[in-house]
Amino acid sequence: MIKATTLAVALVMVAFAGPALAGPTLDKVKKNGVVTCGVTTGLAGFSIPDRQGKYTGIDVDTCRAVAAAVLGDPDKTKYVPATTQQRFTMLQSGEIDILTRNTTWTLTREGDLGFLFAPPNYYDGQGFMVAKKAGVKSAKELDGATVCVQSGTTTESNLTDYFRANKMTFKPLVIERLDEVENAFYSGRCDSFTADRSGLAASRAGKAPNPDDYVILPEIASKEPLAAVVRQGDDEWFEVVRWTMFAMIDAEEKGVTSQNVDEMKKSDDPEIQRMLGVKPGMGKSLHLGEDWAYTIIKRVGNYGEIFDRNVGKDSALKLDRGLNALWTQGGLMYGMPIR
Amino acid sequence: MKAIAWARANLFNGVWNTILTLVAGYLIARGAWMAIDWGLIHAAWSAPDGRACRAITNDEGACWAFIEQWYRFILFGRFPPGEQWRALIVVILFIGMVVVSCDRRLWRSAWPITAIWVVGLIVSFILMHGGVLGLPVVTTDLWNGLPLTLFLSVIALAGAFPLAILLALGRRSDYPIIRALSVGYIELVRGVPIISILFMASVMLPLFLPAGVNIDNLIRALVGLMLFYAAALAEVIRGGLQAIPTGQYEAADVLGLSFGQKTRLVVLPQALSITIPPLVNTFIAAFKDTTLVTIVGLFDLLTTASNSITDPQWRGFYVEAYVFVAAIYFVFCFSMSRYSRSLERSTER
Repeated sequence: MIKATTLAVALVMVAFAGPALAGPTLDKVKKNGVVTCGVTTGLAGFSIPDRQGKYTGIDVDTCRAVAAAVLGDPDKTKYVPATTQQRFTMLQSGEIDILTRNTTWTLTREGDLGFLFAPPNYYDGQGFMVAKKAGVKSAKELDGATVCVQSGTTTESNLTDYFRANKMTFKPLVIERLDEVENAFYSGRCDSFTADRSGLAASRAGKAPNPDDYVILPEIASKEPLAAVVRQGDDEWFEVVRWTMFAMIDAEEKGVTSQNVDEMKKSDDPEIQRMLGVKPGMGKSLHLGEDWAYTIIKRVGNYGEIFDRNVGKDSALKLDRGLNALWTQGGLMYGMPIR
Repeated sequence: MKAIAWARANLFNGVWNTILTLVAGYLIARGAWMAIDWGLIHAAWSAPDGRACRAITNDEGACWAFIEQWYRFILFGRFPPGEQWRALIVVILFIGMVVVSCDRRLWRSAWPITAIWVVGLIVSFILMHGGVLGLPVVTTDLWNGLPLTLFLSVIALAGAFPLAILLALGRRSDYPIIRALSVGYIELVRGVPIISILFMASVMLPLFLPAGVNIDNLIRALVGLMLFYAAALAEVIRGGLQAIPTGQYEAADVLGLSFGQKTRLVVLPQALSITIPPLVNTFIAAFKDTTLVTIVGLFDLLTTASNSITDPQWRGFYVEAYVFVAAIYFVFCFSMSRYSRSLERSTER
């Protein structure tokens, strides 16, 4: 028994010790034929395994888009579930190539931890949900309200800051377990429920007795720009991830979708021609094939499609575009020109 | 008649005992009724999604439809659905190996058990990982749910056990350096929470490794658990060693047995059979402790269960998911404790 187990363990360890990393990430990814992404262990709409164990979500599609651009196939991806504490170590140690794990872009994470953030794929923020019948239209009308909040999160301190900054008072109802916070809110024990807006939407979709009875107010109590993260000092790879995001946003702006991308190849618009590789040159600048953006759009979709499918109108979460609308429609999504 | 007499003698012998019996009886009946009412009478057995299920039960009963829809994910997690038969065989194989090893008739020689485990582990590894015999490769990050829980607890304990024997012997060694090393290791590892060891293995270790060298997350957690269990088991075994009368050691010396012979033939067989109850106790605790690997991003049985209840369609069926998982854990832990009882009885004879 002694020999058997030690032998087995030794065998297993040898089998799994990874190969040495040679050069920058882009070369490694091309050589291995797989993009390894760090994702959450389960957050609806962003990255969550479905009943068949397949990861889905807006972060997962960001990872798939990078794989489509680099390897020409969005399915050449591997998802490594990372906890909040593990995620940065995994990226630093090279265990993952990109972190697509709804991570907020902050100064210290770039300055101190040595990372770079791609353009956000979702602008989240702490919001407030109320029952529709209360008739509240703005968070500024919540003076004196009882607010349900989960304890031990930054949400709790943001809530205090927000009400203080707006010179309002509130009665907090602090509960440790999310499930019980939700029960308290939906049974009417508090006037409002605060959490990240995407979290509020997920709760409304899955837990509210009737989702249409609840509204998420437009105000945002804290900024949470969520973006893909890569290591500093590997500029080629950073450019690939960054321009993957821009290509998806530009495609939506130009009306290029996964459905019409083949017809769009005949378009006279020079920007679309450059994007889809009809006029070559763009792919080469990124060290990718000329069909990099075409493959992203064809196989994964443009930003609007990804949004609608995972968190927007076609998903259970039913979030509206809000800040995540294109800049032409009052949002913040602005793709840099592909030229 | 016998039952009435027994009840009178034990349950109703005095005013206070009668009151206590009635109150306790009422509470038990009430609890049992609530469980039946929730779990059977008002329960919903099939529904297309969570909302529909809640509409059927009216929040007064269990929604077992959730388990019906999600049991495969809870049991096997992200293991590819078409390949889950492989994981199922591995689960059966692991349980089979443990059950067979429990048969005392096999203990007379080390060979049968060694052979069973070598073959069993190689077969399970091939089944899980694939890549040969036309089986598609399933990488370790997809080894989730019950197979992972069994894999971690069985292999970590099996690996820790020999190490623990060495540490326990080392702690009682006459050589100061060996003794100091053993004591140092045991006290250091036992003195920190298991979570911090997992954390070190999973979060700190990769930072110390040279760039590009990655040890699989599963192996890191496995080795971390193994090192911790070794220290815990060593102390249990040391208790057994100390319980053996000095006369036994002296008798062995007088017979001219070498240290190895003395340990193997006289000391260990007695020490281990005394320590069976605390050993099984440690095994049960260790089996449940494997749920802590959730903090290093491994999907064990408990993590897959708590993951399934965050799905937007099936959100918040905490009780159903946890009852399901608790039932699985109970079956394993209860069998272990029954086995230890039967072992104790047979060694007493």
